[in-house]
Amino acid sequence: MNRRALALGALAASGALVLTACGSDDTSSGSSGGSSASATTGASSIKCDNAKGQLLSDGSSAQKNAIDAWVAQFSKACGVQINYKAGGSGAGVTSFTQGQLAFAGSDSALKPEEVTASKKVCSGGQGIDLPMVGGPIAVGYNLSGVSNLVLDAPTLAKIFNSKIQYWDDAAIKKLNPSAKLPHLKIQAFHRSDESGTTDNFTKYLIATAKSDWPYSGGKAWQAKGGQAAAQSSGVAAQVKQTNGSIGYFELSYVADGVNAVSINTGASAPVAPSSDSASKAIADAKVVGTGKDLSLQLNYNTKADGAYPITLVTYEIVCDKGNKSDTLPATKAFLRYIASEDGQNVLSGLKYAPIPADIIAKVRTTIEGLN
Amino acid sequence: MDTSTQITDAPPPVPQPNLAELKRNARGATRPGDRIFLGLSRGSGIFLLVIMAAIAVFLTYRASLALSKNHGNFLTTFEWNTNVTPPSFGIAVLAFGTVVSSIIAMVLAVPVAVAIALFLTHYAPRRLAGPIAYVVDLLAAVPSIVYGLWGALILVPHMTGLFGWLNDFFGWTGIFSWDQGAPRSLLTVGILLAIMILPIITNVSREVFRQVPQMHEEAALALGATRWEVIRMSVLPFGRSGVISASMLGLGRALGETMAVATVLSPDFLIHGSLLNPGGGTFAQNIASKFSEATEFGRDALIASGLVLFVITLVVNGAARMIIARRKEYSGANA
Amino acid sequence: MSNAVIAEKRPSTLRGASLPKWSPWAIAAGSVAVAVAVGAGTGLTKVQWGLISGLLFLAATYGIAAKVEGRRQAKDRIATGLVWVAFLVALVPLISLVWVTVVRGIKVLDVYFLTHSMGLVADSQPGGGIYHAIIGSLEQVGLATLIAAPIGVLTAIYLVEYGRGRLAQAVTFFVDVMTGVPSIVAGLFILSLMLIFDMQPFGFAGSMALAILMMPVVVRSTEEMLKLVPNELREASLALGVPKWRTILKVVLPTSIGGITTGIMLAVARIAGETAPVLLLVFGNRFINNNPFEGPQQSLPLYVYQQYAAGNEYAYDRAWAASLALIAFVMILNLVARAIARWKAPKTGR
Repeated sequence: MNRRALALGALAASGALVLTACGSDDTSSGSSGGSSASATTGASSIKCDNAKGQLLSDGSSAQKNAIDAWVAQFSKACGVQINYKAGGSGAGVTSFTQGQLAFAGSDSALKPEEVTASKKVCSGGQGIDLPMVGGPIAVGYNLSGVSNLVLDAPTLAKIFNSKIQYWDDAAIKKLNPSAKLPHLKIQAFHRSDESGTTDNFTKYLIATAKSDWPYSGGKAWQAKGGQAAAQSSGVAAQVKQTNGSIGYFELSYVADGVNAVSINTGASAPVAPSSDSASKAIADAKVVGTGKDLSLQLNYNTKADGAYPITLVTYEIVCDKGNKSDTLPATKAFLRYIASEDGQNVLSGLKYAPIPADIIAKVRTTIEGLN
Repeated sequence: MDTSTQITDAPPPVPQPNLAELKRNARGATRPGDRIFLGLSRGSGIFLLVIMAAIAVFLTYRASLALSKNHGNFLTTFEWNTNVTPPSFGIAVLAFGTVVSSIIAMVLAVPVAVAIALFLTHYAPRRLAGPIAYVVDLLAAVPSIVYGLWGALILVPHMTGLFGWLNDFFGWTGIFSWDQGAPRSLLTVGILLAIMILPIITNVSREVFRQVPQMHEEAALALGATRWEVIRMSVLPFGRSGVISASMLGLGRALGETMAVATVLSPDFLIHGSLLNPGGGTFAQNIASKFSEATEFGRDALIASGLVLFVITLVVNGAARMIIARRKEYSGANA
Repeated sequence: MSNAVIAEKRPSTLRGASLPKWSPWAIAAGSVAVAVAVGAGTGLTKVQWGLISGLLFLAATYGIAAKVEGRRQAKDRIATGLVWVAFLVALVPLISLVWVTVVRGIKVLDVYFLTHSMGLVADSQPGGGIYHAIIGSLEQVGLATLIAAPIGVLTAIYLVEYGRGRLAQAVTFFVDVMTGVPSIVAGLFILSLMLIFDMQPFGFAGSMALAILMMPVVVRSTEEMLKLVPNELREASLALGVPKWRTILKVVLPTSIGGITTGIMLAVARIAGETAPVLLLVFGNRFINNNPFEGPQQSLPLYVYQQYAAGNEYAYDRAWAASLALIAFVMILNLVARAIARWKAPKTGR
């Protein structure tokens, strides 16, 4: 039996060796049919320095599509593998504070206790927030026969708080006098995992409809009722599957079968989510982070014409000092690329919004100072 | 299988005194080869024991850390907030969801599995029974993630019809009322779990039914019993404890199932009166969907809930083992 | 089964009136026809047609049989009908599962898919492959087997051939306990160790969690197989003066090797489908990583889960194709195990 086991083991080992020789990471021919906007930007401007190895990263699923496009460009230019697992902002921050990641992506700035936790990992420094991706949070719905739905903040709050139960509710009718609203139960979907998208969406509701949204906010969904799905893609997939449903996710998930709600902000006309309308709202953002931290305060109450108020900014979280020496060059090079003009230009093609020029300039200086 | 165990366990008849001496010799392990081999095998036993003890100690320790800081009641709180201060979490919803979905799975799967096992041993044409048994064996090994994928993408959309029908005819009971939500509820989970454990229960039950002594059935037939009466009078009584232990095996799998539940259920922390409305959660599903974003304290809390699941599974497994042990005596008496 | 034969041979004079052999088929056809007519008339769905025809069939069978053959025969026919119906109903989801996986999986499953990693293909794009996941799965599961199989078999030998005292009881008990460890808890255990030693995710960490899950299964099945070896064989060998360890190695193990291998193969199939611990420990990777001892790896079940979570059609196609590959892998292992079991089945000499 020993001999046979040995033979089997040897067979397995040699089989594995043979197998390891015949695979390929080169997927360029397979992805040529892809519809990525990344092809529009040249890779020539990417400075690799001595970036090498593999970067681990985890976090916000909101910026997943942007990261995918950036990674495609960056890896092609520098040969660095960037392994971004869109496990949600909460997961990203947690893994980061346990020292498992080179950087994390989060739609919410670090909380004080998270900064404290990060000091364990960043020897001599702490975790800082670098705003990189802006974007509108679309309120997507799937209601056959209705294509231009308009809602305002109190109505949204009531829908997601199960106060408005049917699509032909008077409040919705008032905002959509011409739409044919069926007497159908509203299926409101929210995120089951802790998410920066939830955090920003509820921050908007708190800022604009406090009386209808009696919760404190945060990454975890607090309202009772409604249905849950994991990650932006999960919510989007459920909304797509279910007639009479509504949910929130970033704009790039609005696709066939799912429409986006236009928001009545009090401006002259209801505003639909788009890269431009979100940029207008994000332009109001102020830096509130101290030191090297660049966390932003967003203006959810904007009433400017054509400014879409429900926005989020995704931060890349790194250590200001004490990054792991083996991943630092690659991390720096990658962040430098995504903060560059080329990097930010990718965003609008993917339905995200670039970060305002004055803020991204600060980001660039901060990146150069990382060590 | 069991019969041969029985026979070999019986003391060999002829060279009694000689054998005892030999055995003592052998167990004494005087030769170096014996000593090494005994050391090796005993060593791996001890190694296994150490790992297990380490896990048990570690889990209990971590769980106690979390429980000492919990501001809710661990057994009755209807929320799972481990990332806020003060943290508050409880397993009421998880215990409810786990038990209810497993019960649904058992109620659906056990009768059908027994019927299929009977079909394969007593009804199906032989040419059909062999291949089908084979396929059932293979289905028992399909990974749960595949069931999860199938459940989320195929089963869930197909449940709306059944849900509407249940709501129309049984909605008045409250248990089967439905608010037209996506059918990602405990009932769907139960049905998916039933489909998952069906091959396992069928497998074991079929083995048990095959061992029914031919004499019993022939005796019943000779008395003029119909086929159903043969089954009722000789097959089922003989196989009862075997079927129960098979069901326990399936139940253990259903209780601990993670991915298939996580993909199908729409989780929340409420106990819903209706099985059709989305919501609820199970231990394993909650751990799987919460651990990645949990802080160290949050992980401890999840471990505490895992410990409860662990104890439940242990009880179920223990019950199954006891019943199997009893069945051995029973079949021995009749063989 | 001989009971059927005996039933046929019973002299007909002792039997009452009986329905002709074709009657179940006729009743079935009749009830399906009625159900279709009713269903088409009132616009019910096909599932409801099936339900109605099933109920009609049972009712009609009972009614007709009770009238012609008497109550007991009617009950017998009902039972037969129920068993058949249960069998057919259970077939629906299981066939659907296999069918859908094959049909949707085959769409993108080709040589390219098997020999390329995801590389730079975004989850929202078509293309990419599972090569990295296959390598990861093979290495993690292989290493787990290398750890768990020897320990499991040796422990089983100890329990069956030597174990009498307290230690054996404790081991037996803990093996039982271990079978109940939820896979994710095993993952958390290893993860805590990793955090203590400040380690990054790597493939072998997953192997260790998988080994914890695999060991009790191997012990259990090996134990059963060793118990099947007749004592006479051991006694004969011992009586010839062969040392016990040589008896075990040369007599007991060769006799039961088929069953033991089967058990190990089935355990391998079981852990090859584990997602949760891998998600925690191995992290996932879009690129090929051949080294299980350094850097994150991918694995097939994790790949399926991640592609499902990506939630678009291209990703779903990849998820199905990877599922198909995973099922094929598990099935091949199963078939090999069964072949070995048949080839080397322990001969009890009876």
